[in-house]
Amino acid sequence: MNFFNLDTIWFLLIGIIFTGYAVLDGFDFGVGILYLFVKKDEDRRILLNSIGPVWDGNEVWLVIGGGALFGAFPGAYATVFSGFYNAIILLLMALIFRAVSIEFRSKEPSRIWRSSWDISFSIASCLAALIIGITIGNITRGIPLDKQGDFIGNFLDLLNPYSLLLGITVMALFAMHGAIFLVLKTEGELQSMIKGWVPRLIGIFLLLFVTFNIATFYVCPELVGVMLTRPYGFAVLGLDLIAAVSIGVMTKAGYEFGSFLMSSATMVLLMAVLGISYFPNIVMSMPDPGNSLTIYNCASSHKTLGYMFLIACIGVPIVLAYTVSIYWIFRGKTRIGDTAY
Amino acid sequence: MSVEILSRIQFALTVSFHFLYPPMTIGLGMLLVITEGLYLKTKNPLFHQMAHFWTKIFGLIFSIGVATGIVMEFEFGTNWAAYSRFVGDIFGSALAAEGIFAFMLEAGFLSLLLFGWNKVGPKTHFFATCMVCLGSHFSAIWILIANSWMQTPAGFHLERIVGNVHTRLPNSYIVQTSDLGHVRAVVDNFWAMVGNPSSLNRICHVVFGSWLVGAFLVMSICAWYLLKGRFTKFARASMTVAACFAAFTTVLQSISADSTARGVVRTQPIKLASMEGVYQTHDYTPMTLFGYVDTAKQQVHGPQIPALLSFLCFHNFKQPVQGLLSMPSDDFLAARNPGLSPEELAKIRPNYWPMVGAVFQTYHLMIGIGSVVFGLSFLALTLLWRGWLFKAENPLIRSLLWIYVFAVIAPQICMQAGWFTAEMGRQPWIVYNMLKTSDGLSRAVHANQVVFSIILFALIYILLFLMFLYLMNKKIQHGPDADTDQLIDTQTVTGKVFSKENRAS
Repeated sequence: MNFFNLDTIWFLLIGIIFTGYAVLDGFDFGVGILYLFVKKDEDRRILLNSIGPVWDGNEVWLVIGGGALFGAFPGAYATVFSGFYNAIILLLMALIFRAVSIEFRSKEPSRIWRSSWDISFSIASCLAALIIGITIGNITRGIPLDKQGDFIGNFLDLLNPYSLLLGITVMALFAMHGAIFLVLKTEGELQSMIKGWVPRLIGIFLLLFVTFNIATFYVCPELVGVMLTRPYGFAVLGLDLIAAVSIGVMTKAGYEFGSFLMSSATMVLLMAVLGISYFPNIVMSMPDPGNSLTIYNCASSHKTLGYMFLIACIGVPIVLAYTVSIYWIFRGKTRIGDTAY
Repeated sequence: MSVEILSRIQFALTVSFHFLYPPMTIGLGMLLVITEGLYLKTKNPLFHQMAHFWTKIFGLIFSIGVATGIVMEFEFGTNWAAYSRFVGDIFGSALAAEGIFAFMLEAGFLSLLLFGWNKVGPKTHFFATCMVCLGSHFSAIWILIANSWMQTPAGFHLERIVGNVHTRLPNSYIVQTSDLGHVRAVVDNFWAMVGNPSSLNRICHVVFGSWLVGAFLVMSICAWYLLKGRFTKFARASMTVAACFAAFTTVLQSISADSTARGVVRTQPIKLASMEGVYQTHDYTPMTLFGYVDTAKQQVHGPQIPALLSFLCFHNFKQPVQGLLSMPSDDFLAARNPGLSPEELAKIRPNYWPMVGAVFQTYHLMIGIGSVVFGLSFLALTLLWRGWLFKAENPLIRSLLWIYVFAVIAPQICMQAGWFTAEMGRQPWIVYNMLKTSDGLSRAVHANQVVFSIILFALIYILLFLMFLYLMNKKIQHGPDADTDQLIDTQTVTGKVFSKENRAS
């Protein structure tokens, strides 16, 4: 089998898009998760404005991921979104509330107004992180599918302990990622407070991360079996652990940007491990693996994959170029100006 | 209620609410480009003040548009899984293009537009404004291409998949309910798909409509300022730009409306007949100005202008507009319902029509209110020309300005009514003459789940809408920030703008 065909390229690209989404919107959600622990109004505004110019662009990665999944693997898109109906609807609600909370919060000086939007912003961010984790957990574990590839379980099946564990792990990961991001964007007292949180957040994440990896060995023997045939997967997993530990090392040494890079690398490598053990499946069927959706049985035609690849080749470099320039223009410490949230 | 009806209600609810906002940002985006361009050219601080204020309004509208827009992209998968599998090969590349070329452009440059006034130079900021405006147009264009493909599919073939074997099906193949999951539409020619027979007409019609929405929003706020005697210099200049833009767009929209109607009669004659409630086929087909359809007796009641519909559809008074009683054809029906006698076929024919009464009303609402929008646009231009529009002390002008204050909802009503006409008129098909709406649903989703999500969406959208009105009102009451120290005389400003706009159009 030729590895570099359009199906595998799109498997890779969709992985990259969703990983990009996790890394970028991950710190937005992290800021939201930590948000209520910051008490002063001005500090809260700094937190909001640290993600102010970029969260919208970060969320677009999810929109593009959804569109790309629809276009490249319509079968997987249809199965996941209809199967996880309630979860997806709640995720949409969370994203709506996150967006409008940021937008509305500082438009009124009233305390009730502000604290209501503060709470809604934080809950929405926590909920989004939790749902993303639970969804990935279920996809990792496999969900019951029929011969047509339609989900035949119910909503409560999705709330199994393993997926909930990943949900909480993702929350911890985003909180840590967000805190590290905030260290970069804040200064003074606020910064030293957040700096104080970072080691604890790293500790919580590492604990959950190791627990999750151990749980995976018991809950997903198929994935472990696949990994054994692809030993380089263990090398990537090892790298991932090293990256996770070096977040702590970097932070201790005072390399703020370095620890942000390591925290991003942890996510990238985690997704890489998932991709390596999962390929060529996109949605694994449990308990009947014969009904699994793979890149071969639910992909679009090669013509469409080719068109989309062309669109990606033209579009992605442009997108990357101006994304980088936006981050560059809004680099440095966040301050409250007259156009701020 | 069935999952089908509930899912349709949910999609209508979420998309209608979402679509209140993008037309405003598309139209306002154009006005921002014009205003900021004028500022770069003339260096008149009044234009800077205008661009600044309208950008703030733009930002508020945009944020709600983004927040509510992501819902639809997910809804295809959540509620219409069978449809998604059927069209993914075609719909997907349009959505992916929309994401890459439109949303990224908008989201990337929006932060510069909103927060970058002091971070980058005026030329870079103008560039960012242009990119956001372009992005919002791209977004409309790609999503309209996808939607137009559902109305007039082109550039594809059907294929059956069994295991790893893909078999090409003939174009005449009729998709059965049992085919779902095994038969799908596959792209033959990307550009034929993009340029399907209704794409261009519908893109123009919606984009021009959006420009009118934006122009009327600006005129409404400015009319309010003029009535209250606040920020009058600012209001006069903004209203001048908006009124010229509205009149200019009105001309384009008339051409587009004519072309769209003639396109529909060619590509979707059943929809056109439903819009006008035409049952019998006669020469010199009349047009009903307003009224209602008695669907039981298959008659339309209301004042009619003889031969007008024939003329509008074919530019020919005599040529008959085909009536519903002969559509779809017996051959079409017989192919889908083998073994039925001609009488039985005639009996099931109405199953292939949309809800004629509803489509008739939404269409006539669009036409009626649309004429008011056209009239108000030209009236504003004429009064501007004669120098009467800003005489807020004149009682006649005062009442007219009040009309402009409330006219902001008129193009919005047209937009919504037009979309309801287009989408209800497509029924019972989700992909025209190919896939039934009832076959497009998610099998994994149950009615109670859809009810739950409709209630959630409805509650949130009510809250969002109230918040939007409250904050919008607050921004309007606050008005533009005063940096008007060295404003040159308004008379010359408006004079300049006016002659420039005139040349442009």
